[in-house]
Amino acid sequence: MNPTNYLVLSAILFSIGAAGVLVRRNAIVVFMCVELMLNASNLAFVTFARTNGTLDGQVVAFFVMVVAAAEVVVGLAIIVTIFRTRNSASVDEPNLLRL
Amino acid sequence: MVHLAVPLAETLTFPSFQYRAMAPILVVLGAAVLGVLVEALVPQGARRAVQLAVTLGGLGAALALVVATPASEQGMVAAGALAVDGPTLFLQMTILVVAIVAMLVVAERRVDPSGDAFAPRAAALVGSTEEQEQTRLGWTQTEVWPLFLFAVSGMLLFVAASDLLMLFIALEVMSLPLYLLAGMARRRRLLSQEAAMKYFLLGSFASAFLLYGSAMLFGFAGSLDFAVIADAFRDKPGQLGLQLLGLGLVSVGLLFKIAAVPFHMWAPDVYQGSPTPIAGFMAATVKVAAFGALLRVMYVALGGAAWEWQPAFWVIASITMLVGVVLAVTSSDIKRMLAYSSIAHAGFLLLGVVAFSTAGLSATMFYLLAYGLTTVGAFAIVMLVRGPSGEAGHLSSWAGLGRTSPLLAGVFALFLLALAGIPLTSGFTAKFGVFAAAIESGGVWAVLAAVLASAISAFFYLKVIVLMFFAKPGPDAPAVVVPSLLTSTAIGVAVVATVVLGVFPQVFLDLADASTPFLR
Repeated sequence: MNPTNYLVLSAILFSIGAAGVLVRRNAIVVFMCVELMLNASNLAFVTFARTNGTLDGQVVAFFVMVVAAAEVVVGLAIIVTIFRTRNSASVDEPNLLRL
Repeated sequence: MVHLAVPLAETLTFPSFQYRAMAPILVVLGAAVLGVLVEALVPQGARRAVQLAVTLGGLGAALALVVATPASEQGMVAAGALAVDGPTLFLQMTILVVAIVAMLVVAERRVDPSGDAFAPRAAALVGSTEEQEQTRLGWTQTEVWPLFLFAVSGMLLFVAASDLLMLFIALEVMSLPLYLLAGMARRRRLLSQEAAMKYFLLGSFASAFLLYGSAMLFGFAGSLDFAVIADAFRDKPGQLGLQLLGLGLVSVGLLFKIAAVPFHMWAPDVYQGSPTPIAGFMAATVKVAAFGALLRVMYVALGGAAWEWQPAFWVIASITMLVGVVLAVTSSDIKRMLAYSSIAHAGFLLLGVVAFSTAGLSATMFYLLAYGLTTVGAFAIVMLVRGPSGEAGHLSSWAGLGRTSPLLAGVFALFLLALAGIPLTSGFTAKFGVFAAAIESGGVWAVLAAVLASAISAFFYLKVIVLMFFAKPGPDAPAVVVPSLLTSTAIGVAVVATVVLGVFPQVFLDLADASTPFLR
C-alpha cells in the first residue's frame, strides 16, 4: 500500500489532536489529545522508516511510547491533585493566576 | 529465521561510548538515581542531610568534570547522539554553576516559619486537617532533590543533543520533573497546582509539535542525525513541504521552551505560581538549556536553511522583546514582572541566535551565563520579602523597602539594573555582545527594536527601584526575613557574578569566544 496514505492519516490524527487541545475543556481529554499527537508522530516516524529504508524511525517510536508513559504518570498526578481539590478537571476553572 | 540472525550478527558494530566525555551527565543522572534510593532506604530524620550531600556532591563533581574535560575527549560521542564540543561544555558549565546556586536557595529553611518552600506532602488535600497535621509535625518532602537532579541531567543532555531522538528525550527528562516541582509550593497551593497543570498541558503540547516536526525532518533527510540533516538541506532539492513543516514545527517546540512570543503565555503563570526558589531555578537554567538546544538545531541541523528561518526569527525576536517589556510595565506582581522580563530577555537572546555567526553564538552564551546568575539572585531576594501569608508579591508592598532594609533593597536594585542592561553590570556587557552580533549580520531594524525595548524595560525596572527607595512604607509593609547561610551565599555569588561580568568581563568573553564552533 502506498505509504503516502499513512502519512495523510498521521497528519489527520495530529490535526485532530491539536484541535482537541485547543477546543476541549476537560484536562483529561486535552491530555488524551496530546497523546494522540504523539502517536500521530509515531505513525509518521514508522512510515518514514519504511520509505527511507532505515530502522531509526521504528526505534524512535519505541522511545516515544516510553516517554508518553512517563508523561502519563506525571500528568495524571497533577490533574488528579487538581481534581481532588476542586472536584473538577476543567482547564478553565483554575484561573487564580492573574495580574 | 536463521537467515535473519546471521547477517545481523555480522553487520552489527557495537557503538563506542566515550565515557569520559559523557561523565558529567552520567554523574548527575547517577546522583539522581541515588537520591531515589535514599528516599527508599534512609530514615526520615537523616534524609534531608543525605539528599543535600548527594545533590551538592553530584552537581559539584559534574562541574569539575566539565571544567576538566581534556580537548582530546571532545567530539561526537555515543554514536553521534551527543556532541561534546565547545558550546556544550560552556553551557553545561553555566547550567551546573547556576544549578548549584539555585540549589542553595531551594534548600533554604530559615525563611518560612514552617519549613522549606515545599508542601509537606504534595498529595495532601489543600486545607485539609491532614495537611495541617503534617505541617505541625514538620514533615518535608525530600523527593524534591532527585527531581531537581533529573531536571539538571536533562538540561545537560539537551545542550549536547545532536540527533532528533536525543533532543526529544532530553527535553522530556528536563521538563517532566519541572512540571512536578512547579506544583509543590507550601503557600498558595491552589495557585501552584494551577501553574503545574498549565505548564504541563502546554509543555506537552509543545513537545508534541517538536516531535512531529522531527518526524518531518526525518522523512526529509532520512536520518535523525543533525549533520546528515544539514547535508540534506544542502544537497536534496525539493520536498519543500517536509522541509518547511519540519523546520517550523521543531522551531515552535523550542521557542515554547524559551518563552518567545507568541508561545510565551505559560511563563508568567508558571513563574508566579511555582515555589519561588523553583521559579528562579527554572527561569535561569531552562533558558540556558533551551537556548543551547535551539542554537545547535538552528546552527547545525538547519544551518543550510538559514535563509528560510532567519527572516521569521528576526520578526519573532523583535516581537518577543517588545511584547515582553510592554506586559512587564502593566504587571503589578513582582514575580510576574520578572517573568515578563524573562520573556523580553528571550527576545534579546534570540538576536544572538538569528545573527547566525560565531560572534552571535559566543555573545548568546555569555548572555546566558550573565542572565542566569542574576535571575537566580533576583528570585532569591523575592523569597525573602514576606507578609503574614507568605511572600509579598504585590509591587505596592515593596514600597519603602530601601529605608527598612537598605542592604536587601540595594542588592535587588543591582539585579534590576543588570537586567535593564545598565553599564558596569553584567547585563550591559551581555546585551552589547548580542546587539553587535546582530548588527554585523544585518539585523539593524531588530536592534533598533531592541534598543527601544531596553528603554521601555528601564522604565519598569527603575519604577521598582524608585518605589523601594523613595516611597514611604505602607501600613502593611512586609517583613524582610534574614536567611541562613545557604541563601546568603547564593545571593552573594549572584552579586559577585553580576559585578564581575560587568566590570571585568574579558576572561569570560574570551572563554565564550574560545568555545565557539559547533562540531557536527
